[in-house]
Amino acid sequence: MLLSANNRGNRVINQVKYSLLVAALALAGTAHADSVKIGFVSTLTTPAGVIGADIQNSVDLALEHIDNKMANLDVELFMEDDGFKPDVGKQKTDKLVKQNDVDFVAGYIWSHVLLASMNSVLSANKFLISANAGPSQVAGKRCHENFFSTSWQNDQTPMALGEHLNKEDIRSLYVMAPNYAAGKDMVAGVESIFKGEIKGKDLTKWGADAQLDFSAELAKAKASGAQALFVFYPGKAGPAFLKQYQQAGLQSVLPLYSVFTVDAISLPRLQKANLEGVLGSKNTQAWSPDLDNAANKRFVGDYLAKHGGYPSFYGAQAYDSIMLIQSAVESVNGDLSDKDAVRDALRLANYESVRGPYTYGNNGMPIQNFYLREVVEDDEGRWTTKVVETVFENHQDPYASDCKL
Amino acid sequence: MDWNLLISQLVNSIQLGLLLFLLASGLTLIFGIMDFINLSHGSFYMMGAYFCGSIVAATGSFFAGIIVGLVGIFFLGALVEWLIARQLYKENHLDHVLVTFGLILVFDALVHIIWGPSGLSIPLPDFLNGQIQLGSLVFPIYRLVIISGGLAVAGILYLLISRTRLGMLIRAGASNRDMVESLGININRLFLFVFALGAAMAGFAGMLIAPITEATIGMGNDIIIIAFVVVIVGGIGSIKGAFYVALMIGFIDTMSRSYLDDFLELLASTAAAETAAPAISAMLVYVLMAVVLAFKPTGLFPPTAGNR
Repeated sequence: MLLSANNRGNRVINQVKYSLLVAALALAGTAHADSVKIGFVSTLTTPAGVIGADIQNSVDLALEHIDNKMANLDVELFMEDDGFKPDVGKQKTDKLVKQNDVDFVAGYIWSHVLLASMNSVLSANKFLISANAGPSQVAGKRCHENFFSTSWQNDQTPMALGEHLNKEDIRSLYVMAPNYAAGKDMVAGVESIFKGEIKGKDLTKWGADAQLDFSAELAKAKASGAQALFVFYPGKAGPAFLKQYQQAGLQSVLPLYSVFTVDAISLPRLQKANLEGVLGSKNTQAWSPDLDNAANKRFVGDYLAKHGGYPSFYGAQAYDSIMLIQSAVESVNGDLSDKDAVRDALRLANYESVRGPYTYGNNGMPIQNFYLREVVEDDEGRWTTKVVETVFENHQDPYASDCKL
Repeated sequence: MDWNLLISQLVNSIQLGLLLFLLASGLTLIFGIMDFINLSHGSFYMMGAYFCGSIVAATGSFFAGIIVGLVGIFFLGALVEWLIARQLYKENHLDHVLVTFGLILVFDALVHIIWGPSGLSIPLPDFLNGQIQLGSLVFPIYRLVIISGGLAVAGILYLLISRTRLGMLIRAGASNRDMVESLGININRLFLFVFALGAAMAGFAGMLIAPITEATIGMGNDIIIIAFVVVIVGGIGSIKGAFYVALMIGFIDTMSRSYLDDFLELLASTAAAETAAPAISAMLVYVLMAVVLAFKPTGLFPPTAGNR
């Protein structure tokens, strides 16, 4: 008897608590008018978490540089971890869109994660800013007016590399890349421009349990008799690949040309492991830490001072994504309800990008320069990349014509 | 036919097979003798790599890293057996799976807290970074080091199991655990030793591979699945089965990665072959398992009194 009375009492109290909670949540919901909410999807766990850490540092630095304010509104940042998995990335995106009701969703390192997640953002009529992934589908047939990129379309960087290979008169090539959306785009990119013969191609297993031992593929590449080796191994796979490349003694036989493999994430590790073979190797990119403009000097300088190492291109693009959003919020004076005005403002790319000025194509992909970079040692003995020459000026991706916008 | 390429790939497949054997031999002993499913066996592989990496960073010596790391992993394995596994031998397999899956998460989180998410690279001494020329063939020296390390451990294990009293008890335990126990053998001590030995071998495999791939969080979680395939196809509890099947799977995996796309091009378009080949070569190992289990449900070399 006593017990059941107690139970009933508890139930009433629970109901009261629950109603209070609902009321509090409702209040919190209405309070968002005086803040800009940005969701950011990145990879913070798994070995790819090193990229996420660099992105997090750069986003934090961007918010520091703008005093965490856009048009006098506070910025609320929701950082989410996709765990390197498309399904988790989509869940986290749904959570940002529905539960946090963010105004912008930015980030996305991986093309397969972006492809799985994009509809959740776009169908809710919110803005999607890719800070890295640039799959061909989004640039072409599946393009959307609310999609903008602060990186590149996947094919572009390897196209620039292909152009450089032609210039160096390299006649045959062996190609290695991971077997996922971006890997295929990278291969397609270099193949579309390169005029010589592709002697062989390997697409290796990718994901949280990616293949990291390339002994079989390197043996094939060497036996193929190609004149040069092209690879795309982003994040953790990069140092592993470069180590095995050097251990197999291929530098003298099969010179290496890479995209998104030799960067500020892999170079400190390679330097620690003393893999000097990478010094002098060449790659292409839309950005480099030594690009001479005020925004880049401030970004790289403050990053170096704060973290003791160079930011990566992932960081640079993430920094840009925050600055792009800020430029749009400022131009509508914080009134984010007018989606058309926000979209028009984003389309102008009217901000100081760390890569220098660029414009947007019909598909929301940047039309920008691509540079040939070389790995060098800086004045303080740190390994970094330096621009050698401009390969493409104001280059637009090849899928823009498939986009009906 | 490019014979140099074929020989290179054979060497590569032996290297992969021996790494798998180092993992699978401990797993099969623990599974066979204690009837304990240890999903977290791959965590010892990871911890071995991290222990070794930290010691190499502190002392500058790769060999000190291996030796001190091995001792460390042996004691870590003993600790896990004493604290956790021992409490579970009497429970059913589902409980083993749940607890050891939890252990994977604990070890991954520990590594994240202690070493951070970025992984640990292990620098090799210069003489191991080079290549060796044999006729017209060039091999990375370190790959040959992995092979000799794996063969040496396999040899030591063979002597231990077939020539010592301890090995006799281990063999007896794998065939009939209850009988060993009823003959008055201190089964707790035997289990502790076997578990720690298995952990040390997994750790050794992790130390060997880490200079190539770096030590990373969760590095053991994908290879442990293949190691389980080795254990099951080889026959649970059979070291001999683990050895032959590990080499066989290393061979299938490496050869399919190198020749499958050429082969598929005979049947389908180049583009289709390029896309399908990696997917099929990832599947082949499991196809092998399904076929073997259909005809020999106890595996190729089940441990019976005579077969070892």
